[in-house]
Amino acid sequence: MSTTTVAHHDDHAEHPTGIMRWLTTTNHKDIGTMYLTFSLIMFFVGGAMILGIRAELFKPGLQLMNPEFFNQLIGVHALIMIFAALMPAATGFANWMIPLQIGAPDMALPRLNNWGFWLLPPSAILLTLPFTLALFGIGDGALATGWTFYPPLSVQGGIGVDFAIFAVHLLGISSVLGSINVIVTVFNMRAPGMTLMKMPMFVWGWLITAFLLIATIPVLAGAVTMLLTDRHFGTHFFDAAGGGDPIMFQHLFWFFGHPEVYILLLPVWGFIPQILETFSRKPMYGYKAQVYSLWAIGALAVVVWAHHFFTAGMPVPALLYFMYSTMAISLPLAVLFFCWIKTMWRGSMSFETPMLFAVGWIILFGIGGLTGLVLADVAADAQYHNSYFVVAHFHYTLFAGGIMGIMAGTYYWLPKMTGHMYSEKLGKLHFWLTAISFNMTFIPQFFLGLAGMPRRIPDYALQFAEFNMISSIAAFTLGLSQLLFVYNIVSCARGGKKATDKVWDGAQGLEWTLPSPPPYHSFTEQPVIK
Amino acid sequence: MQVFRKIGLGISAMLVSFSAFADYSWNFPTPATPMALDTLHVHNKFMLISMAIFVSVLAIMIYSIFAHRKSKGFKAVADKAPSTTVEIFWTLIPFVILLLIDFVIMGIPAYHSVIMMENTREKADMLIKITGSQWRWQYEYLDGDAKGVKFVSNLSTPKEQTDKGFEGKKDEHYLLEVDNRLVLPVGKKVRILMTSTDVLHNWWVPQFGSSRVAVPGFLRETWVQVEKEGTYRGQCKELCGKGHGYMPIVVDAVPEAEYKTWVATKKDELAKASAGADKEWTKEDLVANGKGVYEKNCAVCHQVTGAGLPPAFPALTGSKIATSPIFGADGKYLKDSHLDRVLNGKNVMPSWKALLNDTEIASVITYERNALGNSVGDILQPSQVKAARQ
Repeated sequence: MSTTTVAHHDDHAEHPTGIMRWLTTTNHKDIGTMYLTFSLIMFFVGGAMILGIRAELFKPGLQLMNPEFFNQLIGVHALIMIFAALMPAATGFANWMIPLQIGAPDMALPRLNNWGFWLLPPSAILLTLPFTLALFGIGDGALATGWTFYPPLSVQGGIGVDFAIFAVHLLGISSVLGSINVIVTVFNMRAPGMTLMKMPMFVWGWLITAFLLIATIPVLAGAVTMLLTDRHFGTHFFDAAGGGDPIMFQHLFWFFGHPEVYILLLPVWGFIPQILETFSRKPMYGYKAQVYSLWAIGALAVVVWAHHFFTAGMPVPALLYFMYSTMAISLPLAVLFFCWIKTMWRGSMSFETPMLFAVGWIILFGIGGLTGLVLADVAADAQYHNSYFVVAHFHYTLFAGGIMGIMAGTYYWLPKMTGHMYSEKLGKLHFWLTAISFNMTFIPQFFLGLAGMPRRIPDYALQFAEFNMISSIAAFTLGLSQLLFVYNIVSCARGGKKATDKVWDGAQGLEWTLPSPPPYHSFTEQPVIK
Repeated sequence: MQVFRKIGLGISAMLVSFSAFADYSWNFPTPATPMALDTLHVHNKFMLISMAIFVSVLAIMIYSIFAHRKSKGFKAVADKAPSTTVEIFWTLIPFVILLLIDFVIMGIPAYHSVIMMENTREKADMLIKITGSQWRWQYEYLDGDAKGVKFVSNLSTPKEQTDKGFEGKKDEHYLLEVDNRLVLPVGKKVRILMTSTDVLHNWWVPQFGSSRVAVPGFLRETWVQVEKEGTYRGQCKELCGKGHGYMPIVVDAVPEAEYKTWVATKKDELAKASAGADKEWTKEDLVANGKGVYEKNCAVCHQVTGAGLPPAFPALTGSKIATSPIFGADGKYLKDSHLDRVLNGKNVMPSWKALLNDTEIASVITYERNALGNSVGDILQPSQVKAARQ
């Protein structure tokens, strides 16, 4: 009798239903689901914005929008994709998977967790509200400075800048709360026997991300607050006329902005090796080497920031230092690439959708990494900087390296999270469409940049026409292909073939010992790691 | 498989048709300065190294993908962790290869390029100053024969071509043509000082290989030494507001003799303009002259009709500033008067003090007060502007 009561309790935990369940939940799986859903929605919002841009750039001349609106779209697209699509996706996985992977019943600070999520929708609204306000004649639209807020342009800008500053504050608080939660959970709630060097790689990736966030978000918050007081309270932090310096803002911004790239990528570098070992059916190669490499990248991340503005002018020793330290990032990355491929080497590989995404990810992220290596060269950077070459480069790292990585993770864990198998056929189609149209979108942009097309221009000279046209057509294909992704996720959540507990025959780790989907409260009895 | 073959054929057909475009480029444009040449070499070398790394790593991975498949019955190798020594040895290999590439093969040429790029002062033959403003460049010659030559360079593509919805034929150098070109003598090392009057700009001519941000309130420097006669075009490449895509750079590199003639003509023009500032103008002449100045400099924000783009860019038609008196009882111009705003700017409105001469400021103000639906009736003489500058 008593055993059935316990089982019953596990299956139907007591919690409110309907909307109140989601508003008040402190359950890591519910919060994880909300993060992932929010991220998916914002991925489409940010995507719609960039399709507007690509439509405008389809051919020379202005067809659809005026330059002011164009400038608003580029900046808000970037802020949404980084802060509202990519980061929440990684946080969603952290919420779902870290407790499952370390054998903890929940995150350490569940209420903080809830608050961390519910800060996101208001900040997304703050970012996009100025577009709507402008329709009613209030203000002149959203942030039009690009996502980097460079003063004096941002001091000159309209209310969109203030809205974006407050949105960044909220997003920053949310990220710091999430990071504190991850750190506390990882250090205190690991199952007995799970030493730090036995943790799954995803947990390692997230732990370093969390430290980076706590180290850098306050700097960003400080920088945008200084900007706010420059705008409204007569300070001169970034105004030479009052003894300030516009370039100081760039130092502060990129002290956050460069680690941000690794903040977005470290969780992905965490779960990609797990996907590789699953589908290669042999344990990942060089676990220790990978952990040390992740730490090395985390440490290098905070000392290379000025390579984002070599052309702003700085002393020769500074140029040399930032050039060589940036190049040094390729050393731990080379070790990582080696370990990933060595994991696949002489495995028994099969290519389900997560593996396809993971392998495609290695290739495309490789292109992003190698172009990053040449960008570090100061002299050549004078040509690449702020040209379409840079646009292509960072989309290889953030779309291929970030978002396609997240897609790999989604297909990998979706059967575990929903209890159903997704459609393998649609998943593979989604992969091929995404990979091909992604390359067709951004390879032309490398050539555009080399030929001399600056980024962030609403209209361009005639010699850039053909490449832009290809890029635009491919971008629309890329955007539309993502509908397959949503369809696959939604139909998988609603039903389909039952997933087994282990889902993938090569899967390793605690999350695969639980039923699919895992019960509302998992690991009420602590697992023990030998 | 059939599908992939079709896609492959489609892609190769597209690539073939591209090569038909004559001005189509796959790499940096032809370098015109030693710096650009060096950059091109460094870029090509690094790209080859990157390609080599990429192809060899990819080859290993693709071999593995095809050879080590479950569907082919390949069994994963024995499931045991490698010993730490073996692991360290293996992972050190990629580390050392990259160490060599980063700091020797790539690092040494990169060092020399940086030193060359930053060597702005040694053996410089002449000095010019470039000032970025929303959304035009101003050039000033600071030494030698041309000392004192100073002019503003605006986009000269006809406005109707850049307007929304224009469907007709565009100029050959659409968006890359200006009214006043920067003229430099061939073969001379030109040291460039760079600054800005408002926001950040970046002066970039791809064929010169130099690019530097113009920072308001600070001087930055770079240099160019154009080796070949010709016309070179570039653009601002730091987002600087709504006109960011509309502030091109055109440089004519000419032989020494031709440069001297150009300097003489330019000096002549400046002398005439300054003489014009001392004479008494009629209202009709000022309005007629002002129309051109207005449409070139002001219409981008305040629009050709004077209707503006509120709320960011207010209308001039019926505006308080454009219709209230300029001078007070003591003969000095009033704060927040029309002249004050044009000379000194406020917020988004730039200061035109350094960009327009006395005649141009007098003309454009007179035009704005007596056209665009306004009829204040007064005249502002260039001599009054000259006096107001002091």
